[in-house]
Amino acid sequence: MKAFRKIGLAAVTATAVAAPVAAETELTMYYPIAVGGALTQVVDGIVADFEAANPDIKVNAIYSGNYDDTRVRALSALASGEPAQLAVMFSIDAYDLIEQDLVVAFDDIKGVDAGWLDSFYPALMANGNIEGKTWGIPFQRSTIVAYYNKDMFKAAGLDPNSPPTTWDEMISMGKALTKDGAYGLMIPSTGYPYWMFQALAIQNGKEVMSNDGLTTYFDDPTVIETLEFWKSLSQEHGIMPTGTVEWGTLRQAFLEGQTAMMWHSTGNLTAVKNNASFDFGVAELPANVRKGSPTGGGNFYVFKDTSPEEQAAALKLIEFMTSPEQAAAWSIGTGYMGVSPAAYETDALKTYTQEFPPALVARNQLENAVAEFSTFETARVREGLNNAIQAALTNTKSAADALAEAQASAVRLLRDYQ
Amino acid sequence: MKLFSKNIEAIGAIILAIVWVSPLLFAFWAAFHSTSDAVNFNISSPWTLSNFQTAWVGAPWLQYFSNTFLLVTVILIGQFFVTTLAGFAFAQIQFPGRDFVFILVLMQLFILPEVLIVENYVMVSRLGLFDTILGVGMPYMASAFGIFLMRQAFKGIPKELHEAARVEGCTWLGILWRVYVPLARPTYIAYALVSVSTHWNNFLWPLIVTNSPETRPLTVGLSIFGAPENGVDISVISAATMMSVAPLLIAFLVFQKQFVQAFLRTGIK
Amino acid sequence: MSDIVANERRRQALYGWIMLSPAAILLTTFAFYPSLATFWTSLFSRETRRRPSEFKGIGNYTDLFADPTFLKVVTNNLIYAFSTIPISIIIALAMALWANSKIPARGFIRTAYFTPTVLPMIAAANLWLFFYTPGFGVLDQIGGFFGIPSINWLGQPQTALWSVIIVTIWKEAGFFMIFYLAALQTIPEDLKEAADIEGCSRWTYTRRVIIPLLMPTTLFIMVNALINSVKLIDHLFILTKGGPNDASKLVLYYIWEMAFAFFDAPHAAALTILVLAVLGVVAGIKFTILDKRTHYQ
Repeated sequence: MKAFRKIGLAAVTATAVAAPVAAETELTMYYPIAVGGALTQVVDGIVADFEAANPDIKVNAIYSGNYDDTRVRALSALASGEPAQLAVMFSIDAYDLIEQDLVVAFDDIKGVDAGWLDSFYPALMANGNIEGKTWGIPFQRSTIVAYYNKDMFKAAGLDPNSPPTTWDEMISMGKALTKDGAYGLMIPSTGYPYWMFQALAIQNGKEVMSNDGLTTYFDDPTVIETLEFWKSLSQEHGIMPTGTVEWGTLRQAFLEGQTAMMWHSTGNLTAVKNNASFDFGVAELPANVRKGSPTGGGNFYVFKDTSPEEQAAALKLIEFMTSPEQAAAWSIGTGYMGVSPAAYETDALKTYTQEFPPALVARNQLENAVAEFSTFETARVREGLNNAIQAALTNTKSAADALAEAQASAVRLLRDYQ
Repeated sequence: MKLFSKNIEAIGAIILAIVWVSPLLFAFWAAFHSTSDAVNFNISSPWTLSNFQTAWVGAPWLQYFSNTFLLVTVILIGQFFVTTLAGFAFAQIQFPGRDFVFILVLMQLFILPEVLIVENYVMVSRLGLFDTILGVGMPYMASAFGIFLMRQAFKGIPKELHEAARVEGCTWLGILWRVYVPLARPTYIAYALVSVSTHWNNFLWPLIVTNSPETRPLTVGLSIFGAPENGVDISVISAATMMSVAPLLIAFLVFQKQFVQAFLRTGIK
Repeated sequence: MSDIVANERRRQALYGWIMLSPAAILLTTFAFYPSLATFWTSLFSRETRRRPSEFKGIGNYTDLFADPTFLKVVTNNLIYAFSTIPISIIIALAMALWANSKIPARGFIRTAYFTPTVLPMIAAANLWLFFYTPGFGVLDQIGGFFGIPSINWLGQPQTALWSVIIVTIWKEAGFFMIFYLAALQTIPEDLKEAADIEGCSRWTYTRRVIIPLLMPTTLFIMVNALINSVKLIDHLFILTKGGPNDASKLVLYYIWEMAFAFFDAPHAAALTILVLAVLGVVAGIKFTILDKRTHYQ
């Protein structure tokens, strides 16, 4: 009996002591790892550090595949009533997410600091700025860069430290490099053809969409000329394979020496660096009328169906994960860009970029970067553009016809939003 | 001449067999060699386990494996329960509307859960079963194929046994449990093997319904692993593929006869 | 007396319905109700923030028929079905005849033919990706050995669908072989002996005796294969995602894409109803015409 009272007393005391501790906020975050595999552990490490510094917040970081998979996952979860507070999704999903009333603007979250919103590279904020507010915070961002095989350059009698800076140079060097069964250049046209096409279009002086998500310019003469140029690289100049070039195996093809130059995301940088058996370089994309590349990659979004406490906690997590130190570590580990100028001022990134200058190319290109292709109904409009590109490259349709069709369907899809 | 044509046939059959296993053989080979060696078919290049290491840490395969195991078990138990009761009802109990309902059941053979994917997804969410193993398994438990099979099996059991148990005073359920179920054991085993292999390999519905590694089965895990944004690494993907097909493949190779018999049995109508 | 009988009948009916209830509930929840709900959804427009859903009648259906992707997808699926079904049946029949005959290494052959069946389609797609990769993929390397230039199997519209078809045939033929094997083993040996006595050649025997006797199995397999040609699209996720330019997109994949990538549930529902209608017609044919030949107890 006495023991019972003792235990009872202990239990009451324990509860009394425990009571003042605040209830934990639990966050579920979906994220894509765009380079495959082992980096989920890096994310788990970052999350653990955050939880240690913030004992009242618990984070479930769920790896959900590539960007498309992550979008489907996160939205499935929301539609089925499961809680998810934030996710890293394509920067270009912003219009659709807003249209479906799924996300909150960062300006509307309590405790957000306007200065913090300004601390990121403006070019990276472009896709997230809609209707005057900020809807996405950059996390793993990229531009397209040109990787080139210095050994193959030397073998062709070209200066390995002077990659092409104009379209004409690209063609003439490409021709010199196309020999012995290898090609001079490969630009992927599966996976994300619209992304590569945007780069070419901006280099030719024309954006393919307006920045309010309502208009596309697919059938503009400059744009048609751009697609014909892309086509000519294989059909006329012979420096690229005919048909489509596969996105998924392009990196391997480059590593196997099947092409001397490749256009790909800077997110491939670490993988190429670790696996190349030859001397390689990374350059900004060549110019025609001007230099340029679209940005790419994923932003943080906070979902609307969240309580103010959850939003504040999510904000803290995002601030942590995009802080200069974390951004630097992420950039070194993946090849994606540091998302703020401050990230490049950290010792870690300073040392790394000194030893490995190619890591700066994507950042330098930000000066000439444009927002990635994004409109309302973005998936369907984008699909139309992708199909047009593939149709032209496989010679199923002429560039003009294919783009005219894509423009017609884009106009039809966007009509209701204007 | 007859011998010649016989030999030609034998050779043809063997060549076809080799062609048929070649994708598996190549993947097996690629899994154990570095990507560059694999792709260039350097026959004498060294064997390596590094792809398996990379693949292993790249995703929680053990979790996926246990999820899949749990999933096929839950589905099988559910199927046994539902199809036994329904099959018995159709086989041995007379009640009005029986034939009409049986036709409705047969219709389910064509109303595939995969085709109704959007509405079923809504339904599962409404039941609160989204992202649970039960949610993945439930649409498959009332298997029209299984009901049909059990009905056939139960119909084949001699009426005398049924009557004998009746006389002893058993209830319907008692008769079912003591007479029919034990005698239909071969059918149960056959059906189990078919069901397990089917649901072990199912992809589209689990893709939609599972959202986290705690419920994700091997097929979905493999597809996520194999479709990263920036490019595929053939050797690592081959290693991951080998790891995920190994359990069922080894089980098949060891229990070949039973597997084939099972499919044979369910095929004979 | 009749009271007792009536009571007994009522009790039986009760028992019957109780035993059926789990199946009935599940089938209603996951088959019948969703079919009706899908039909209902297909009659409304898509709901977004700016425009709530409104009744559209057959508007979604007319949209589909005006959609060039829809026509392409249906054409693709028809080509897909009408090539995978006959080709895999013929190969399956050959496999079964061989696996059933007295040739050496019969066990190995049967195992080899059946192995693809125990693999998930996702894994099969991964394996074939290795084959189809342009340049350093297996097929191109073998072709290069013979001087054939590299072909972008999955990357050009002319070959993308056929590449997908080959993977399906590879996966399915072994499965169908089993059904033929089962049927072959029920054919009595004396038939063969009788044919031998009559001086029949093996080929004639096969053509005139075996194939007709296997007709019920062939029909069974055809229905199975038809259903699979609608529902088996896993490999698209790995190989082509429907491209290039929708050249290899199949109906179920388009349904998934509309629902989960484009957030367009109503159009996905309309297409689903069309698919169900076609499957229903096939079911009707099977249960009336075909079943006159095969006798169910």
